[in-house]
Amino acid sequence: MAAANTHETVALTARDRAMLAGDLGEAAAVAMRILVTMAGVYGAERLLDIEGAHIDGCLYHGDSGVDFAELLVAGGARVRVPTTLNVGGLDLLHPEEFEGTAERRAKAQRLMECYEEMGCRTIWTCAPYQTTPRPAFGQQVAWAESNAIVFANSVLGARTHRYGDFIDICAAITGRAPAVGLHLEENRRGQIVFDLRALPDALRSASWLLPAIGYLVGERCGNRVPVLVGLEAADEDGLKALGAAAASSGAVALFHAVGITPEAPTLEAALGGKDAEEWIEIGLSDLRAGLRSLSTAPGAGSSEGAGLAIDVVALGSPHFSPREFAELLPLVERHPPAGSVEFVVCTNRLSLGHLEQSGGLERLRALGVRVVVDTCVVVAPILRTAAGGVLMTNSGKFAHYAPGNVGFDVVFGSLAECVRSAQAGRLWRDPELWP
Amino acid sequence: MTGVELEGRVLVGGAGAGSVLRLEEPLSFWGGVDPVTGRIIDRRHPRCGASVAGRVLVMPYGRGSSSSSSVLLEGVRLGTAPAAVVLRELDGILALGAAVARELYERSPPVVVLAAADWDALREGAEVSVDVNGRLRNAG
Repeated sequence: MAAANTHETVALTARDRAMLAGDLGEAAAVAMRILVTMAGVYGAERLLDIEGAHIDGCLYHGDSGVDFAELLVAGGARVRVPTTLNVGGLDLLHPEEFEGTAERRAKAQRLMECYEEMGCRTIWTCAPYQTTPRPAFGQQVAWAESNAIVFANSVLGARTHRYGDFIDICAAITGRAPAVGLHLEENRRGQIVFDLRALPDALRSASWLLPAIGYLVGERCGNRVPVLVGLEAADEDGLKALGAAAASSGAVALFHAVGITPEAPTLEAALGGKDAEEWIEIGLSDLRAGLRSLSTAPGAGSSEGAGLAIDVVALGSPHFSPREFAELLPLVERHPPAGSVEFVVCTNRLSLGHLEQSGGLERLRALGVRVVVDTCVVVAPILRTAAGGVLMTNSGKFAHYAPGNVGFDVVFGSLAECVRSAQAGRLWRDPELWP
Repeated sequence: MTGVELEGRVLVGGAGAGSVLRLEEPLSFWGGVDPVTGRIIDRRHPRCGASVAGRVLVMPYGRGSSSSSSVLLEGVRLGTAPAAVVLRELDGILALGAAVARELYERSPPVVVLAAADWDALREGAEVSVDVNGRLRNAG
């Protein structure tokens, strides 16, 4: 097997070559070298134009990420396409919410500034698709952040491969991406069907169960494109929760929901006219298994487990939308959290603005709810409660990452269950809800 | 592989040598390797506690988060990265971390992909070198 990772095998345009040669600045040359290397790794024949990017590399993981951003800034980097930023390592509007060391805070902040200096839009959110403008159907983009990727591909019908730190900004600086994977029509057809039609109607329309459905789809589909059949009308927040869970338990970057998502008006269309490679019927026992695997606290993954002490309630992964706040606010007013429970909601500045204007922010804060923007509790030191306790959430993504990242056992439940449990300081289950 | 030379597909070129750390199970570097120590910290991984620093890391493929490229890069910065990464299947995430390390620090472990039968032939603890053309030799 010969090496296949140079511009000798990837077809480049004159402009690509000019960038490689440094004619458009040193940063563009660095970015193009990395893109060409990666095009070779993926076996791409060429690069393609992108019309937008979303960057995950602005989140601090260590000094090398800052070194890379500083290298680009020093090389005169400017993004060539409209580019948005994912969460950073701290809440810039409320810096007092940061619980880490001053050194880490300074580095996390410098990293965020570097990406701002390159011309990116400072929306600092993992739900860029709930801000405007957002990519159009069929548009080629380079997005990073697993939940954003799956939403862009599945719900908007935009086209991005599964990108991550570093290559995202290289694509934004050059306006180019390797022509591989989900950029290409032939790789977007569904391959494995998850058939939910055997579930009772009430469960198929229960939005709080969508993360559990997403989680089991992610666990079982490997790197294939899943097709969901029998999902009742799910709104965008529901699809966001489903996709985020599927992209946490698995490598899902695109799903089709028949009758709901734009590339799946019918099952035949979702499968691209071919037969499914595998057909999985999802029954009650599968759904219960999905729910169990979302909770790690002993006994908490079923309708039992009530009475378990709850230390933290964390919501907003992906970031809370105005509609989600509208659902939360009356619940919290009826059932305010106990003083012993830390209650945090993560969101973006756009949602925060809506909440502030409507007076909701003041009311939530008065009831003891912290609202954090620009960042999130599983990627930055935000929580004040010492690790080792129990965190409850309605987010499949928080449920997946909280144990490893911040050292809490987790309990998954509906929004109402989270609010009622925060009020009681103990796990409250709604027996009517549980399958 | 005594006396035998193997040739892989180069994802990111470079040279490195060390003793083989062989993982039968894939590993996500993010949440799986501590870049400060080079040790495997994923408690569900069978080789948890082993160090990847300076080793020829033989594993089927990476797993999980795209932030694994950041962790490999941080390992290069801190000197705790593997000497080479030898995969059985293509892994864009680790290749990306190595490609960025080459740009940033002018050094990176080579990342190569071997055919399955060749990959199977690599034994734990064997002293192996990897050259810029993706050739592996017994260095013991």
